Amino acid sequence: MDNNIIVSLKDIVVDFDEETILNGLSLDIHDKEFVTLLGPSGCGKTTTLRIIGGFLSPKSGNVFFDGKEITHLPPYKRLVNTVFQKYALFSHLNVFENVAFGLRLQKLPDREIKSRVLEMLEIVGLRDFARRDTTTLSGGQQQRVAIARALVNHPKVLLLDEPLGALDLKLRKEMQTELKRIQQALDITFIYVTHDQEEALTMSDTVVVMKGGVIQQIGTPQDIYNEPVNAFVADFIGESNILDGIMVRDFLVEFSGVQFSCVDKGFAPNELVNVVIRPEDIEVVPAIQGRLSGVVKSVVFKGVHYEIIVEQGGFDWIIHSTQKQNVGELIGLNIGPEEIHIMKRMRD
Amino acid sequence: MSKKYISTPYIIWMLLFIFAPLCLVVYFAFTDKNGSFTIENISRLSQYSTVFMRSIVLAAVATIFCLIFAYPVSYFLSRLRASRRKIMLMIIILPMWMNFLLRTYAWMNLLEKNGLINKFFGLFGLGPFDLIYTNGAVILGMVYNYLPFMIMPLYSTMVKIDHSLIEAAQDLGANTYNVLAKVLLPLSMPGITTGITMVFVPSCSTFIISKMLGGDTAFMIGDLIELQFLGNDYNPHLGSAMSLVLMVLVLLCMSITNGFADEDTEVSF
Repeated sequence: MDNNIIVSLKDIVVDFDEETILNGLSLDIHDKEFVTLLGPSGCGKTTTLRIIGGFLSPKSGNVFFDGKEITHLPPYKRLVNTVFQKYALFSHLNVFENVAFGLRLQKLPDREIKSRVLEMLEIVGLRDFARRDTTTLSGGQQQRVAIARALVNHPKVLLLDEPLGALDLKLRKEMQTELKRIQQALDITFIYVTHDQEEALTMSDTVVVMKGGVIQQIGTPQDIYNEPVNAFVADFIGESNILDGIMVRDFLVEFSGVQFSCVDKGFAPNELVNVVIRPEDIEVVPAIQGRLSGVVKSVVFKGVHYEIIVEQGGFDWIIHSTQKQNVGELIGLNIGPEEIHIMKRMRD
Repeated sequence: MSKKYISTPYIIWMLLFIFAPLCLVVYFAFTDKNGSFTIENISRLSQYSTVFMRSIVLAAVATIFCLIFAYPVSYFLSRLRASRRKIMLMIIILPMWMNFLLRTYAWMNLLEKNGLINKFFGLFGLGPFDLIYTNGAVILGMVYNYLPFMIMPLYSTMVKIDHSLIEAAQDLGANTYNVLAKVLLPLSMPGITTGITMVFVPSCSTFIISKMLGGDTAFMIGDLIELQFLGNDYNPHLGSAMSLVLMVLVLLCMSITNGFADEDTEVSF
């Protein structure tokens, strides 16, 4: 992957009715990358996408595309195309004409339009549906038409606004693989907006976690999952146990009334911190052998593992374990130094 | 109980007050005073062809103006927030609550030789202009009275057009003109055809507007029909023939409009 920056946002501020949506957001997106903007609803991820698409002008800040400023360029002059949340297919046109829409506006010769549209329908697996009415298609097929309609224009960047939100789970998984395949085959940049962390981890090269109009963390899916920078990211990406702790000194943290050795350093002595531990990183042992011990409150079978809630000192631990435990039983918990993630205490 | 019984009251109503009178109109149109069959009433109409032409042309011009005014207004309304939409719609409909005659009479006062508009121009030493008793005055009256009938159907189709469709078109390279021509117009075609019908048909057969604002210069088919039934040359046979021909002409105009619309949309009426 080369390091060319294709889209660059600088200090973007967006207000709606005196409510700040984006608060000085800056972001560089590299060429040919699959970038996901991830966050809860209202975090500003769709607004960011609309800024790049040109549907929204920022109150202040600049947008650059391939090194050129495009902050106030209207959408129809931008070399990006969008796949909209609810597909936004033209109901008065059939599948072929929907896909051909952008090419017809470019006034390309009919033969070229035909070959490019059919080629793109082939890629999304809808070659035989060219003459069909869009209203007769299933949700997944409409989605593919929307993708083909955007991609046929050979955009340098494709923007996708929660495109899989309306599909059922199985279809969503299929389309995730499909989208990744298309992105790699065409070798272009995808900027993908979702609130689904699993979707983000599955497809992305880079994940941008957002909250309240501010970027929390940018990194590979592995980085985001294994090394969340704060308790919000840890909580949003997968399930986590988040506890208040005290960083006694480098490599030693105290939480739940017990001191644990850890691998973090660089905090002030006795600084208040958040301690994040993933449910699958906790080892269940007989009560006497555990550093911590607690009573099993509930056990739920989740397929691959059991989700066990253990109460210990007023805190409910979530533990994922392949071994079944019995409700009401006293068990011990051990946590290795590598599994303890220390982060600065969140202010809210 | 079968569902078709629900429509029984309307079917009876339709038979009594729509179908039967229509039969009577046809009967009168093809008979003379003695009740014997004739096509003389129809053939005599050729002498009124200028009046027929004028009616259709004036109605068509008024319809086009209504469409030109109503389209942007309806679009603007449909993009407003739901709460503001209701207020704006109310303001637009409000004149319709005033009596039709009163509204037209008000225009008479404005356009008269000694009317408000000429008085205003008089202040600058201009005029007086011949405003009333012109084709223009009749068209103005039609547009003023029937504009809401164009706005309503246009608004109700446009409000259903998702804004993301407009953004999708822009995204694919459409400038404002292309968005209008390739997305908005085709998708709002059902509203356009309904609006045209609802303005063109009453405009074509109006007699009050042409009488009050047009005088003798804009004598329309509605005035002619009125004369046959209420005027001195009482002749219901000729009047019926006129109504029948007018109806056929209007149907013809409408089918042309709908045919034109069908090229772009699957929706038909």
